[in-house]
Amino acid sequence: MGEKLLMKGNEVIAEAAIRAGCRHYFGYPITPQTEIAHYMAKKMPKVGGVFLQAESEVAAINMVYGAASAGKRVMTSSSSPGISLKQEGISYASGAQLPAVVVNIMRGGPGLGGIQPSQSDYFQATKGGGHGDYRMIVLAPSSVQEMYELTVDAFNLADTYRMLAMILGDGILGQMMEVVNFRDEEPIVQADKSWATTGHGMKREHNVITSIHLDPAVLEQWNKGLQEKYRVIAEKEQRYELYRCEDAEIIIVAYGSVARIAKNVIKVAEEEGIKVGLLRPITLWPFPTKAFEQVIDKPRAFLTVEMSSGQMLEDVMLAVGGRKPVYFTGRMGGMIPQVDDIMAKIREIRAN
Amino acid sequence: MFLHEVIIAGFGGQGILSAGRLIAYAGMLDGREVSFFPSYGPEMRGGTANCMVVVSEDPIASPVLNRCSALIVMNNPSMEKFERYLKKDGVLIADSSLVKREPTRTDIRYFGLPATLMATDAGNKAFSNIYLMGKLIKETGIITPESFEKALYGVLPQSKHHLIPQEMEALRAGMAI
Repeated sequence: MGEKLLMKGNEVIAEAAIRAGCRHYFGYPITPQTEIAHYMAKKMPKVGGVFLQAESEVAAINMVYGAASAGKRVMTSSSSPGISLKQEGISYASGAQLPAVVVNIMRGGPGLGGIQPSQSDYFQATKGGGHGDYRMIVLAPSSVQEMYELTVDAFNLADTYRMLAMILGDGILGQMMEVVNFRDEEPIVQADKSWATTGHGMKREHNVITSIHLDPAVLEQWNKGLQEKYRVIAEKEQRYELYRCEDAEIIIVAYGSVARIAKNVIKVAEEEGIKVGLLRPITLWPFPTKAFEQVIDKPRAFLTVEMSSGQMLEDVMLAVGGRKPVYFTGRMGGMIPQVDDIMAKIREIRAN
Repeated sequence: MFLHEVIIAGFGGQGILSAGRLIAYAGMLDGREVSFFPSYGPEMRGGTANCMVVVSEDPIASPVLNRCSALIVMNNPSMEKFERYLKKDGVLIADSSLVKREPTRTDIRYFGLPATLMATDAGNKAFSNIYLMGKLIKETGIITPESFEKALYGVLPQSKHHLIPQEMEALRAGMAI
């Protein structure tokens, strides 16, 4: 029957990783995600795993590179400024086609910014914060239950496609507590890891994990391989939730904690007799363009709401492709969009 | 419809976050949907602390509140900041030994309890939040005293379990006012 517990989002990510078979965690503390490291420090020794607080975020991501090269399930976590520090390692691991899970519990930026919740790392997560033509699978939970399920999925997707998967949350999700229902057993994908550097005992050619290919023709071929993989993922792995879009006059597009606030907006709008729906991307990359095709004929407009200056907005505009007006409202710097502000925007759109 | 949206606010160290967690935990034991969202970071460290708790029969839209049906305040700044969050006819409970001004609004139900004085007189100042939770339970029915007691056993470490009878006494005293 599984186990039902009241837990903090950050702790649930750590617990989910352990349940998914992650036995290597390398991290460095930063608010608002430090509880992930706390939990790992407490639990990893009990399950025979490794918790290591690295000397820096740069060291932690390179330890991830090492453990992933050896074919082990491995995770690191941080918050925005720390994720920026990890970008070189993220690019290298992507180039070397290494599976691992990176968690970003976002806070307000740029720079050291603040510690309150934000979604302003969307570009960094989905468009490549590091150099080169690479992608990460980016999963955006919007409840504590989803933080559990998507973390398990992140390990499976990473192993299946030999690439990085990111859990992109924010300070609200990391700090809030909700009831989580744990399964008795996790659906763990056993991927072929014959590429791992596990020692060949002179019985086979040695495996090489690298991202360096100095011959441009070879490097282009390597890149073509990556792009083909990304194309398959974009086709097969889009995830989204459509909530009350059937007869919606305006469809809000929002992810993560903001999608929760949007559900309150939908209630308030209903009381005013305005039909509002929600399109919630669960995969930010691949961006769920298929969701838009399902609902494109219905609303008179889309309204993107983010805790940023409007980053996902660009993907929404590409998906809508000029077929309907796309509006935006959002807050920055750790401020949280309020139901009243979003309602004001909805009334303004209707008055146009 | 069973839906309680509560904000609890005061200084760090007054048991603001513990109170919120206990209510959420007890609500879970009652079979409700629950969420708990604490303030975090520098404001926790010696400054103000607050948390938002939702206990509902339906799935909870958002754990972040910009309106509430009940409010507990344990210091003056919290009264200033959160009074306006209360919905019409909402319940405002203040620790009147610390909160010096009464609410300016007249469309709400206000209850002042000298919780810190009561707790100090009873011998444990740390239980002041529990008197206020007692009053909250009485005025809103958000959780039951029985589930609150079970939540204490569930949340507190074994070494603190001997204090639970005293805490339940404080809860009942709060409910009796």
